[in-house]
Amino acid sequence: MCDFSKNIMELTWLIPVLPILAFGLILLTGRRGPGEGAYIGIAGIAASFLLSLAVTVITVASALGGHEFHPFTHSVVWATLGNIDVRMGFAVDQLTVMMLMVVTTVTLLVQVYSIGYMHGDPRYPRYYAYLSLFSAAMLSLVISDNLLLFYMSWELVGLASYLLIGFWFEKPSAMRAAKKAFIVTRLGDVGLFLGLIVLFWYTGTVNMQEMFAAVPSLMGTTLKIASVALPVLPLAGILLFAGAVGKSAQFPLHVWLPDAMEGPTPVSALIHAATMVAAGVYLVGRMYPVFAYEPHSITLTVVTVIGVTTAIMAATIATVQHDIKRVLAYSTISQLGYMMFGLGVGGYTAGLLHLMTHAFFKANLFLGSGSVIHGTGTQDMRQMGGLSKKMPTTYWTFLIATAALMGLPFTSGFFSKDEILLEAFHTSLPIFWLGLGAAFLTAFYMTRLVALTFWGEARDPSIHAHESPRVMTIPLIVLAVLSLVSGYIAWPSNNIFHHLVHFGDGAAVPFSWTVMLLATSAAFLGLGLGLALYLRPVISPSIFREKLPWAYNLLQNKFYFDEFYWAVLVVPLFWITKVLARFDARIVDGLVNGVGYATLGLSIAYSWFDRVVVDGIVNLVGGATRISGRVLRYGQTGVLQNYALVAFTGVLVLAWFYLFR
Amino acid sequence: MIPLEWYLALAAVLFCTGIFGVLTRRNAIGILMGIELMLNAANINLVAFARYMHPTILTGHIFAIFVITIAAAEAAVGLAIIISIYRNIELINVDKINVMKW
Amino acid sequence: MNSWILTAITFLPLLGALVILFIPKAKESAIKWTALIWSLPPFALSVMLWVGYLKSSGGYQYVVNIPWIRLLNINYYLGVDGISVPMIFLSTLLTTICIIYSWNIKERVKEYFALFLFLETGMLGVFTSLDLFLFYIFWEISLVPMYFIIGVWGGPRKEYAAIKFFLYTLVGSVAMLLAIIGVYFYTSPHTFSIPEAVAQLPFSKNFMLQSLAFWAFFLAFAIKVPMWPFHTWLPDAHVEAPTAGSVILAGVLLKLGGYGFIRILIPMLPMAAQKYSFMLAVLAVISIIYGALVAMAQKDMKKLIAYSSVNHMGYVMLGIAAACAATGGLQLNDKAMALNGAMLQMFSHGLITGGLFLLVGVIYDRTHTRDLSQFGGLGAKLPVYGGLLAFMAFASLGLPGLAGFVSEFFVFRGALPIYTVMTGLACIGIVVNAAYLLWMLQRVLLGPLNPRWAELPDINRREVISLMPLVILTILVGVVPAVLLTMFNGSVSRIVGMAVGAGG
Repeated sequence: MCDFSKNIMELTWLIPVLPILAFGLILLTGRRGPGEGAYIGIAGIAASFLLSLAVTVITVASALGGHEFHPFTHSVVWATLGNIDVRMGFAVDQLTVMMLMVVTTVTLLVQVYSIGYMHGDPRYPRYYAYLSLFSAAMLSLVISDNLLLFYMSWELVGLASYLLIGFWFEKPSAMRAAKKAFIVTRLGDVGLFLGLIVLFWYTGTVNMQEMFAAVPSLMGTTLKIASVALPVLPLAGILLFAGAVGKSAQFPLHVWLPDAMEGPTPVSALIHAATMVAAGVYLVGRMYPVFAYEPHSITLTVVTVIGVTTAIMAATIATVQHDIKRVLAYSTISQLGYMMFGLGVGGYTAGLLHLMTHAFFKANLFLGSGSVIHGTGTQDMRQMGGLSKKMPTTYWTFLIATAALMGLPFTSGFFSKDEILLEAFHTSLPIFWLGLGAAFLTAFYMTRLVALTFWGEARDPSIHAHESPRVMTIPLIVLAVLSLVSGYIAWPSNNIFHHLVHFGDGAAVPFSWTVMLLATSAAFLGLGLGLALYLRPVISPSIFREKLPWAYNLLQNKFYFDEFYWAVLVVPLFWITKVLARFDARIVDGLVNGVGYATLGLSIAYSWFDRVVVDGIVNLVGGATRISGRVLRYGQTGVLQNYALVAFTGVLVLAWFYLFR
Repeated sequence: MIPLEWYLALAAVLFCTGIFGVLTRRNAIGILMGIELMLNAANINLVAFARYMHPTILTGHIFAIFVITIAAAEAAVGLAIIISIYRNIELINVDKINVMKW
Repeated sequence: MNSWILTAITFLPLLGALVILFIPKAKESAIKWTALIWSLPPFALSVMLWVGYLKSSGGYQYVVNIPWIRLLNINYYLGVDGISVPMIFLSTLLTTICIIYSWNIKERVKEYFALFLFLETGMLGVFTSLDLFLFYIFWEISLVPMYFIIGVWGGPRKEYAAIKFFLYTLVGSVAMLLAIIGVYFYTSPHTFSIPEAVAQLPFSKNFMLQSLAFWAFFLAFAIKVPMWPFHTWLPDAHVEAPTAGSVILAGVLLKLGGYGFIRILIPMLPMAAQKYSFMLAVLAVISIIYGALVAMAQKDMKKLIAYSSVNHMGYVMLGIAAACAATGGLQLNDKAMALNGAMLQMFSHGLITGGLFLLVGVIYDRTHTRDLSQFGGLGAKLPVYGGLLAFMAFASLGLPGLAGFVSEFFVFRGALPIYTVMTGLACIGIVVNAAYLLWMLQRVLLGPLNPRWAELPDINRREVISLMPLVILTILVGVVPAVLLTMFNGSVSRIVGMAVGAGG
């Protein structure tokens, strides 16, 4: 690496710092800033983007250069406790640069898009401030070389998500969704927090590379709690994965993501589809040595099962939703499940490739739906229809992204989805078939979505749709291009992506025509069924609702997860808090007050005793003295001569005594 | 030579006269005079004992002179008090002087 | 070394209080300005103290040791180490902030400001004194002004709250006095000096007596912290106290308890501390979870934050419990981490909860209510206030990058290897913590605006000025905790090493 490249790499820390500066600047300037703050935010992320690009080029060049590749790292002592130094720093390797590119690209496009979408919002500058905060947190998460900084950024990303979901906080549903998102993800974050602590405890460091180096030595180590001995590595892995489950909206903590659609649509695109939710997948990828300490480890099995469950469950729910953003939200959950089980079955490269391609086409889909919402003013697909003519750019870009999501041949999703299924095929057939099922469902609900939104005739005459301004359509076009081409870096015969991002010495699993054909036919089957139901209704779309009402209701109500959590967690929690508060006021404080009153009672009793008995004795002594004084005073005549006489008599008596006795 | 007993007897008579006066008189001046008699009785004793016991040492005589001096001072103070009392209440009867009695 | 500096820092506020007493009652503005200006030199001196303290040693510095009552071997013995210097800084800072914030006090202005400065002397004295006798005197002195501040300038139930606060704390103090006398008689030569008594380890031959002394000190400190189940005076005192009083109460007075544990209990009675540390951990975890759950049920904003103090001080106690656990001379780093975390938590809780109480005061001054159900939608109406409240609430729930997180992290990291199950349980507190704080934010700031508050003015400049130092320090400590940890670590390592070496 030449000096110039090295100098550039040294500047990697600026990538998250630039957006955070933009955040501060926007908060300070408010509406007075250039573009009411928007240009500051865009400038910040654009600078980060350019820097990331430079870093990426240098890293990729050196990784492909043939020499042995070493991640570029730099760290400083952050805190010293006892004799342990906690170091903070950044590390750049291929995985990092991949995420850097995804995050900065999508963020930049979304920020540009938002100029149009958020135009005229009363809190416009604040929106850009929050977006910049989000970018900063996400980017520092990506480049951190240690789990502690990772966790800190992870939480800050959660904060940005909270602020943006609740951006229109006057709407009660938005404020509730924001709170729900934060608390549900925090449940998972506690797992990540504990996982971080357990790893820090057993390895004595927060640095990821040093942790990985210590993994082999922890193989047999157990953590004893009372008489239960837990093996440390699976424990730490599953705890870490709990964080990923929360952030990536995996079963059973997926409930926050659909509600998060209350936020502005560009935010949904950026945070709740393309980048933040992918952070969970990135976490599993980043910490893969801890998960895959042995092939088919317990941890990976857990990841696989959770991932595939999520993929199927969310895809089924997506088939019956009416809100365009909710369909996409469940689709996101499902695709994240895809990535998870891809990683779980050992498809390290495949899962991360899908992360990247999904980021592009899902951002595209969300921004497209944002354009639709912007044009029609509604999110309910039942009121749309026939938009393909009124919004052509939106329509065509949306179509491309949909094809990519379905995994139709030669789109980016085709390559990544194929690789995941390929890995599953080689590892576990049941998982493969389930994954195939999810692919079929994906194709079906996306066809339904497109058909209801863009095809046919306009169903609601009161809506006068119009194409969005160019500032919104250009990002759509860029993303559509990326959705098409980004998969080609993983062309099976010359897989550059695999060459860059792989785990261990893992050679790529052999390409299989069977898998490719099965996957493609599943996608086409789903497409065909969708067309049959919604384009030329060969079958009535309502057949499912009529024949299987209970199943339809189950899906429409999202398997009753929210109701279940409400009844099992929220209500008891509130009940406990109320009971405890009453316990505190009545019993604990009652005890204190009781002691107070008991003391008061005792003091009254004592005061009686004091008045009657103690003071009585004192008065008795006084009285006796007074009475005796009253008697004896008669001896006191006050006549000196009497006293002298007594004295003289005394002398005489003494003299008599002395002389005659 | 007159024996010592005579002096002692005279002193005893004088002392008794004095104490009788002190105890019985109501007139303050009378009481004062009684005290003078008692002091002089003591003086006679002092001088007589000095003459008969240690004729060469003058301790007794000097003591007697001290007593006479003190008696003079005392009589002066006493009379002054009596006069000031008399000026205030025109009485020197000790029975009636009871302003300091509670 | 400049040995005059501690004496100056401790007694300057008292002098200021006396000066204020000589200003005529009617000249309110003169009184306020005098109080403000007089609170600055101690603050400046505390910064000097911080800068001048040689961090590498971790021992006592700026020591003054002059015989005071020779008959009983009582000395005027002052000195500070890495643990007390930041606490002194915090006390002087919060006093200045409170004086700025209290500008709108209307009744009995003279007494109010004089009492505040008097209070500062009491607090600083506790942190500077190294003689148990002196320590006790200052401990009691800090009680009296607070009693009057609650009792005179408080809310509707001020008398009840003030008396409860005073008596409850006094009960603990009396127990402590007995223990102090016990320490005196079980050292030879008899001494009240803390370092000397620590070196001698009183009661080391009689575990029964050591336990008694432990529980006596424990009672005093646990009430002050306050630890479950000795916490019920806190909500009452906080709710009734005037805003600045709450700030000092939460920011400094609670810290006296934790400080006592670290300064006296752990080093002086290590065997008993080891023996009973698990009970401490259990009580700490109960405080954490219980405080969070009860806070969630509160409808009064100030009471909610008061209970959050119980929760947060529970983290401090968890760290302390882990630090005095019996580990047979091992896991010293874990212990050091837990205790460092506890100290950080004390400092950051002072900043954050102080800030939250100020913010409750701001809204109460405008609306004259603290009932959470009365608010709603203020975020759009009062953007600056909303931003600051959200900032402090997120700091309080342990958002990384702000002070609360660092301390929580190190407490958990230190305590988990030592009390795994207890620390694991304490994680429930983290989630509930987020829940009640976000719910509070929601009820105050979010949702549709309650039309009653349509004319509400935003936070004014004076209030922002009083909050700004807290905001800046919260970020600073969160991003660069080394500013504090370099102070703490030397002394903390010493204490942890001492506690273990003596018990093993």
